[in-house]
Amino acid sequence: MTESAETQQHPVAGNRFVAIWTSVIGKKVVMAVTGAVLILFVIAHMVGNLKIFSGQEEINAYSRFLREVGWPELGYGQLLWLVRIVLLVCAVLHITAAVQLTRMNWRALPVGYENRKDVETTWGAVTMRWGGLLLAVFIVFHLLHFTGGLVGFQSGQFEHLMVYQNVVAGFSVLPISLFYIVAMGALCLHLDHGIWSMFQTLGWVTVQNTKSIRTFSRLVAIIIFVGFISVPISVLAGWLR
Amino acid sequence: MNLTLKIWRQQNAKASGAFVTYQVQGVTPDMSFLEMLDLLNENLQAKAEPPVAFEHDCREGICGACGFLINGVAHGGRRGTTVCQLSMRFFKDGDSVTLEPWRARAFPVLRDLAVDRSPFDRIIQAGGFITAPTGGAPEANNILVPKDSAETAFDAAACIGCGACVAACPNAAAMLFTAAKVTHLNSLPQGQPQRDRRTLSMVAAMTNEIFGSCTNHGECEAVCPKKIPIEFIGKMNRDLIHATLHHRGD
Repeated sequence: MTESAETQQHPVAGNRFVAIWTSVIGKKVVMAVTGAVLILFVIAHMVGNLKIFSGQEEINAYSRFLREVGWPELGYGQLLWLVRIVLLVCAVLHITAAVQLTRMNWRALPVGYENRKDVETTWGAVTMRWGGLLLAVFIVFHLLHFTGGLVGFQSGQFEHLMVYQNVVAGFSVLPISLFYIVAMGALCLHLDHGIWSMFQTLGWVTVQNTKSIRTFSRLVAIIIFVGFISVPISVLAGWLR
Repeated sequence: MNLTLKIWRQQNAKASGAFVTYQVQGVTPDMSFLEMLDLLNENLQAKAEPPVAFEHDCREGICGACGFLINGVAHGGRRGTTVCQLSMRFFKDGDSVTLEPWRARAFPVLRDLAVDRSPFDRIIQAGGFITAPTGGAPEANNILVPKDSAETAFDAAACIGCGACVAACPNAAAMLFTAAKVTHLNSLPQGQPQRDRRTLSMVAAMTNEIFGSCTNHGECEAVCPKKIPIEFIGKMNRDLIHATLHHRGD
């Protein structure tokens, strides 16, 4: 047996996290756990977005609440920054593991088939890598757009904490709205496969519950998709102005 | 019936291969796919041409020797069927059929449709065994095996190691094979003493043979002639997480 197999066989206490990161299945476990954190954030984000349908005061107050929550233990905006740091760490780990695993997988199949047909796979599974890349681009754009107000607005149009006005102004630009909707489609596909995969990687899928978990995964993906695109669509339709 | 076969021909592991087209006449519906290839090889040998190399042994779907892609699907795409069990009655006169060997870095082509699957043997060597005392046969009911454990172990042990899971995988991963072998012994009471070590060693051996990793497409399960479910991969993942966190060495 080779050297690395020997070291894998006897992971000593203390370097177990290293052992997880160096194993192929361990890297997937990292992707599953960080993915779970990101999914929970996405759900909370979507629920928060829906406050826009309760009116300007509600959603603008909510954005102030996100900065004030945790007081007096935490100062203004500190909890928000803590969450942002956790999310950034999760995103970096998720992407790093994905890139490393993808490179290993490409190395394992250097000669492609002249003709191999897929018989079982789903759209979500096939679009995982490129859809994930699109999501990474989208996240950067989204932060520059609605968080920073640096792109997509005419000068002086974006005002910090005036969420309602910013959203209506931002989504009134048709190409930007369409980009958001397409990106949410990519997210829907990513989660349709990703949530189920997360359960599989963590070993919670059994022959008995696999159908329910796949259905649950698809349901959550669709709810998130509909919840997010309802905002740009409402702006484009003129329901929010 | 008459068929047009487009077959991957490759002299040896170092040579570069190419597809060659053959016509085969007089195929009858009661032939198996391999008998059809035997017919082709007889014709080739009569013309003093080298026959098409392919692996086969039992020809009844239990040995795991045969296997290649037929029209893009491992073992030809009939669920729970090996190439040797594939009947020619599923083909029509005039059909064009493409035959391609398993492709993976870990499975180099040896000749034509035959590939080197010895990486599977090395995964088994890493932990696909239990340690039992030799000597006289033990009392049969000394170790009681719960019914559901026996069923799970048997479903996993049905794996014949043909390599179709690797061939169908978009990542050339051997996860389904390794998961079946790990699940087989990890489900039984006799496999418990070496459970953590087995899981860690077999996964490490799988990684060292340069197989890919799982992206949960499910292609392996679809082509598996023994219908090994991908949920066994989930079970192996759980066993590996447990072993990584709890194994204390020997």
